[in-house]
Amino acid sequence: MGKTRKSAHLAWLAAGGLALAGAVAGPAVGQTLTLAVAASPTSLDPHYHNLAPNNSLADHIFGALVEMDANTRPEPGLALSWKPISDLVWELKLRPGVKFHDGSAFTAEDIAYTLARVPTVKNSPGSFLLYTRGVTKVEVVDPLTVRLTTGAVTPLLPIDLSQVAILPHGLGPEPTSESFNALKSTIGTGPYRVTAYNSGDRVELARNDAYWGEKPHWEKVHYRMIPNDSARTSALLAGDVDFIEAVPTSDLSTLRKDKRVALAEAVSLRFAYLFFDRTRDGGGMPFVSGPDGEALAKNPLADVRVRRALSMAINRAAIVDRVMEGAAVATGQFLAKGSTSYVDDLAPPAYDPEAARKLLAEAGYPRGFRITLQGPNDRYVNDEKVIQAVGQMWTRIGLQTKVDAITWPSFIGRASKQEFSAFFVAWGVSSGEASNPLRALIHTFDASRGFGSANRARYSNPALDAVIERGMAITDDAAREVVLKQATRMAMEDVAMITLYQQKNIWGMKPDLRYVARADEATHAFAVYPAK
Amino acid sequence: MTTWMLRRLIQAVFVMLAMTVIVFIGVNVIGDPVEILISPEADQAERARAVIALGLDKPLWEQYWRFLLGAVQGDLGRSFVFNEPALKLIAQRMPATLELALTAVLMSVVIGIPLGLYAGLKPDSIGGRLVMGASILGFSLPSFWIGLMLIMVFAVQLGWLPSTGRGQTAELFGVQWSFLTRDGLAHMAMPAFNLALGNIALVLRLTRAGVRENLPMDYVKFARAKGLSPNRVVFVHVLKNILIPIVTVVGLEIGGLIAFAVVTESVFAWPGMGKLIIDSINVLDRPVIVAYLMMIVVLFIVINLLVDLLYTVLDPRVRLETRE
Repeated sequence: MGKTRKSAHLAWLAAGGLALAGAVAGPAVGQTLTLAVAASPTSLDPHYHNLAPNNSLADHIFGALVEMDANTRPEPGLALSWKPISDLVWELKLRPGVKFHDGSAFTAEDIAYTLARVPTVKNSPGSFLLYTRGVTKVEVVDPLTVRLTTGAVTPLLPIDLSQVAILPHGLGPEPTSESFNALKSTIGTGPYRVTAYNSGDRVELARNDAYWGEKPHWEKVHYRMIPNDSARTSALLAGDVDFIEAVPTSDLSTLRKDKRVALAEAVSLRFAYLFFDRTRDGGGMPFVSGPDGEALAKNPLADVRVRRALSMAINRAAIVDRVMEGAAVATGQFLAKGSTSYVDDLAPPAYDPEAARKLLAEAGYPRGFRITLQGPNDRYVNDEKVIQAVGQMWTRIGLQTKVDAITWPSFIGRASKQEFSAFFVAWGVSSGEASNPLRALIHTFDASRGFGSANRARYSNPALDAVIERGMAITDDAAREVVLKQATRMAMEDVAMITLYQQKNIWGMKPDLRYVARADEATHAFAVYPAK
Repeated sequence: MTTWMLRRLIQAVFVMLAMTVIVFIGVNVIGDPVEILISPEADQAERARAVIALGLDKPLWEQYWRFLLGAVQGDLGRSFVFNEPALKLIAQRMPATLELALTAVLMSVVIGIPLGLYAGLKPDSIGGRLVMGASILGFSLPSFWIGLMLIMVFAVQLGWLPSTGRGQTAELFGVQWSFLTRDGLAHMAMPAFNLALGNIALVLRLTRAGVRENLPMDYVKFARAKGLSPNRVVFVHVLKNILIPIVTVVGLEIGGLIAFAVVTESVFAWPGMGKLIIDSINVLDRPVIVAYLMMIVVLFIVINLLVDLLYTVLDPRVRLETRE
């Protein structure tokens, strides 16, 4: 698949020259927007599957108590305000005068109904329970006031609530996912209503004129799904669609010069990183061996000097420029500049192969060692090319590096079983602040408390764990940010992982449109405006 | 005839059973659907809940046994991804693929046979050589590349045809079809041609080879000597004799086009079954994979049956019992 896609891009580039002479795309007809997304939503049930394409579509139809702005900072949605009235109780004031698509009024009853419905969704492969489980009690004070009691201190409750679409209690007990797909239960407070749904092909949306917020410009939206990169770009160039998401990086240099297309980009919350297996620090590593292929008695990757050398050996600027075609930003931490809990003086580690080689010698590996770097080849933008580049850079400091790109379904299962020694993955920081990666990736794996759930390297640093846990229990936003920054710094100084770059999200559109580019990758028709 | 049909039926059941076992074991070896489907942020408790919700906590043999019990009652399971019955999902996507594949087959017969006859009857003419040369390109160029070139030329550059999608559809027998509307036909033209290209070349070459082989035969000489018109000799006698290999190949190709139209479907964003199966394999959506492959097995069995019956019509010497 990866191969095919790459050759397809080559073909498309070859033909790009011809295309320049083509017809000039006309303006959007009437008040209709045709857009194409790259990944197909799997259901219209907003609580069935916590999956980016589903959530992005649900944002059009449903509303949440808290909304996230383009920079992933919480802002009032269906709740006008929220504040903790004690350590465990939050009080939310709801927006008055909001109506659901069926005309019923939005009240506190709907909050109770929604939070009770989330755990009852049948066969969910990825439930929203994650965000609602913390709430142990819902108390309706009056129609526009609700109190939520949590089992533990949950400072990020507003952010969790931003993920949960509110449904009208008039839907009755346990509406099925099918009734959402059949448009019977698809009733929200969002700026659009669904008028037709054809799974894997298109969704038709019509403007909800009773929407409480800013009225979207487009009366109708054709929401099409075109997963194939070249097909999506061609559809934009041919004028069949007005707007596309996830512009492929291989087309970027051509499209930047093309007058028929305007681009909007934002630095994403998704960072790419390298992780090192720490379950075999005493030897027996499957993909690390001595310079002559002999087994090593201890894991070189357990030595922070080795990890630091591996990080210094990587020329992040070159990867960003040449492999990612500028669609990324080099980084030395989880988040990009401007985000909450970004650490100002934590610059990307400088590229210094000489120093890296010295550091390796100092750690006792003057002749390096053999290592295999694994990664997916069909999951992230240019994933296979990036690991090849890293492999070459490591070879330059004297490591005999092999690179092994594997299809995602097989890769992720093996990574979760600790079958690799060094591997490449990416992580989307959906909350927009550092507690999310710290908790899931860096904290010691602890199934009973839900820590380290994606810590596939089984990295463990008890001192750091303590800081993370302390930070996560602070309700005050500013005080929490200070501790999270400290934890980020500790993780990076110990090279718990090698962070490489933040991706950029890129949208392409006709030149007479503009888009408020978002850090969280979501594509929103209601954030597309005429350029003037 | 009845014993022949019965034997075929029993064979089909065994093929299907073997196929389901292979899929169950295969998917299990590739990876864990929960790893792929679950939100990356899910904690360990949520992961455990999802495993139970999808029934993946049970041992594999028990999962298979449950599947068999359901299958006997006509329930092939629910998609892990869509939370809808797998059969319903496939049925929703089938019309799009069917109309695309059948149009492609129609094209390959309507274009391939006449060109093949021409090339066979006039092998040394410039036209005949050109047709043969072009046919080599037809089956040797990769279809995704041709698809992209078609889009670049006819959609992006000339703007004659829409680049992707199914266009406007109209209802017939409760199903939405593209071939009933002008817009739908315009959308279908490029993908159908793209899908047909390899088969046009194949049918063309088979026809030509058949004509070249049959022309020097005694029955043709005899027909000519009898004073039949050249048209009657070619279109009735020769054509009938060369049709058997063509029917076999076209029959198999119908199945192939329906089952494996995936490249064309993804290049043209055609919402058919091919896209569904590839997406399902990527996320290890086992119920859909199993249901899809079972349906394809049935499809091939039915097509082979029809092809065998057609042989007896084309060549009365063929007996079904002896063809086993």
